[in-house]
Amino acid sequence: MKRKRISTALAQGKREDGRGLMDFRKIVIKKGILEKAEGSAEVWLGDTRVIAGVKVGVGEPYQDTPNQAVLTVNAEFTPIASPTFEPGPPDETSIELARVVDRGIRSSEAIDFEKYCIIPGKAVYVIFIDICILNYAGNLIDASALAALAALQSTKVPKYVAEGGEVKPLDASEPLELRDLPIAVTVGKIDGSLIVDPTADEEDVMGTRFTVTVNQEGNICALQKSGPEGLTLEEIRKAINIALEKAPEIRKLLMES
Amino acid sequence: MPQYFKNRDLVVPGDILAEGRFRAGENTYRLGGKIYATRIGLVEYGRGVVSVIALRSNYEPRIGDTVVGAVVDIDLGSWRVDVGAPALAILNVPDAIGESFKQEMALPEIFDIGDVVVARVVKLNRDGTPILSTLGPGLGRVEEGRLVRMTPTKIPRLIGKKGSMVNMILKETGCQIVIGQNGVILVNCRDKEMEDLVVQVLEKIENEAHTTGLTNRIYGFIREMKEKGRDE
Amino acid sequence: MSKKKLIVKGVRLDGRKWNELRPIKIEGGVLPNADGSAYLEQGRNRIIVGVFGPRELHPKHLAKPHKAVLRCRYHMAPFSVDPRRSPAPSRRDTELSMVIRNALEPALFLERYPRASIDVFVEILQADGSTRCASITAASVALVDAGIPMRDLVAACSAGKIDSEVVLDLNDIEDKEGEADLPVAYMPKLGKVTLLQMDGMLSPEEFDKALNLALEGCNKIYELQREALKSRYVKQGEGRSAE
Repeated sequence: MKRKRISTALAQGKREDGRGLMDFRKIVIKKGILEKAEGSAEVWLGDTRVIAGVKVGVGEPYQDTPNQAVLTVNAEFTPIASPTFEPGPPDETSIELARVVDRGIRSSEAIDFEKYCIIPGKAVYVIFIDICILNYAGNLIDASALAALAALQSTKVPKYVAEGGEVKPLDASEPLELRDLPIAVTVGKIDGSLIVDPTADEEDVMGTRFTVTVNQEGNICALQKSGPEGLTLEEIRKAINIALEKAPEIRKLLMES
Repeated sequence: MPQYFKNRDLVVPGDILAEGRFRAGENTYRLGGKIYATRIGLVEYGRGVVSVIALRSNYEPRIGDTVVGAVVDIDLGSWRVDVGAPALAILNVPDAIGESFKQEMALPEIFDIGDVVVARVVKLNRDGTPILSTLGPGLGRVEEGRLVRMTPTKIPRLIGKKGSMVNMILKETGCQIVIGQNGVILVNCRDKEMEDLVVQVLEKIENEAHTTGLTNRIYGFIREMKEKGRDE
Repeated sequence: MSKKKLIVKGVRLDGRKWNELRPIKIEGGVLPNADGSAYLEQGRNRIIVGVFGPRELHPKHLAKPHKAVLRCRYHMAPFSVDPRRSPAPSRRDTELSMVIRNALEPALFLERYPRASIDVFVEILQADGSTRCASITAASVALVDAGIPMRDLVAACSAGKIDSEVVLDLNDIEDKEGEADLPVAYMPKLGKVTLLQMDGMLSPEEFDKALNLALEGCNKIYELQREALKSRYVKQGEGRSAE
């Protein structure tokens, strides 16, 4: 039934909620909504509601990158977000979500990891981005990537100094330097039609979703195809072009928020 | 109606076999006017129909199949039997002993978990679950023998035209062979050497099922191996 | 940061040209207990795949009434990388298991086997870059070997960017030190891309070039899959069968 409603609308070039195929729902971005986190943001994408919190600490670097800060992205689907979500360890969908968000930030080199090294091999900044899904109404990847980025924009990094091989905190902080703003645009395929910003119902009947993350210069910095159907080369090209067109619009909203 | 291979060519899944007004036979499917193979095998162009004789196939049960399987679970009034099908087969009490189920029956004393049974597929449930019966000559629990697995689609080759292959093997080796259409063969011989020979023969049929003159070649092979055995 | 050169005078560190695959060996039917199996070497990658099913799915509440459930498990042996890794599944393993499943699913007729499962288990014995692609290539051969009906073979290959050049089939160091990695899986006869991921940075033009290169790689690997499958039946001078 759901499928039929969505298909009928698409056949007429429309969405069941009245949007055009290439329209996003209303996007609301609020930055710095929490006090105890170094950075935070809330994003509404239609009824989808996501909060991202950034915690910044000091820790050991990875062995193979001794002079680079550590970034960890985690996502949690809280049981309040949907009657179908159950509490428990992260499942593959939340792991994928976190990894796609991580990939966009990492690949775009938005954070200068070497700048946030305190003592090479011993102490670096550790940046945790935790994404909390509060209401699931589709397109979690785009909402989460946007929330993570907005939270990073609001992040104040506590200052530390190296003194005789020891790390000492200073009673000061400065804004996190962001060198890029990678925007994720997810394209869904239903009955051969491509759409952006799918709702939960649309995701239920969608064969494939394809996320294209685009940086400020219009380069592609992450891709993720998911779902049980394949894509033709033509569909891939179309989706890339859609993302290249949509990303700057969303970035503008982010910068104005 | 173009056809893209020669009859009995070896094809793999995805190979485009024909276009146009052919009907898609076994192990093929039609998409956008083309007929594609779904399993590795030999393509056959019949009268208006294209099919593939599969060289590798999972077991897809049919009514009337004789199958050899192991009891894996006991429910209230039935057994679950693994015959290698997409679902565990069901053997209900009436189909096993010819009487209806009573609470006081001790099912494990009739068939216990781990027992090997020869059964017939009498029905397929709507979801494809095979329903078995062990009532009939040659059916029921198996007490001894050795189990050998073959690709189910090669069973017709083991049987041969009107049983020519299997009868020849029985005659030459003196062994008992129960053939499960699910690809499980029960071999029962008096001496171990003959049993080993039959297992080798089954392996040879599995590997060469797609070649011609197989019965003669197997006959030659058995004769040769028996000669060798006698010399030693 | 001074990076190691990955291409010297037009030649990659392992001696390949930009558009060259590593040596590949594929063999079907290597595990007696599995319903289907395959072993694959690609460069120093060593991967073994076992397939079971369609078979009754346990636990039952995971079964779907209208189709089979495809389950994939990508697992790296602790000794497959240096240093040793924990045998427990990582977040990366979980994601890879999922994208491998998504890459194979379009090739299968799951609707034919309600309530059943088809299980694909991938064991990485030695990892040397592009293992998700190699896993898909091997799994596809193992599925055919299991006799499970398929719409097409799925061939997979990566392309990427190293030292500012677009190249084919990244090995481990090229993946780690390079600028972009683009794993692709493709059903050649149906023209469908079933896996497409990227990390790193590519301009839209570079992406086009890399995608086309990866697809060329997929087509070559597809031919190797076909040969591997057929070689079991065409050997020892028996030639083609004919009536």
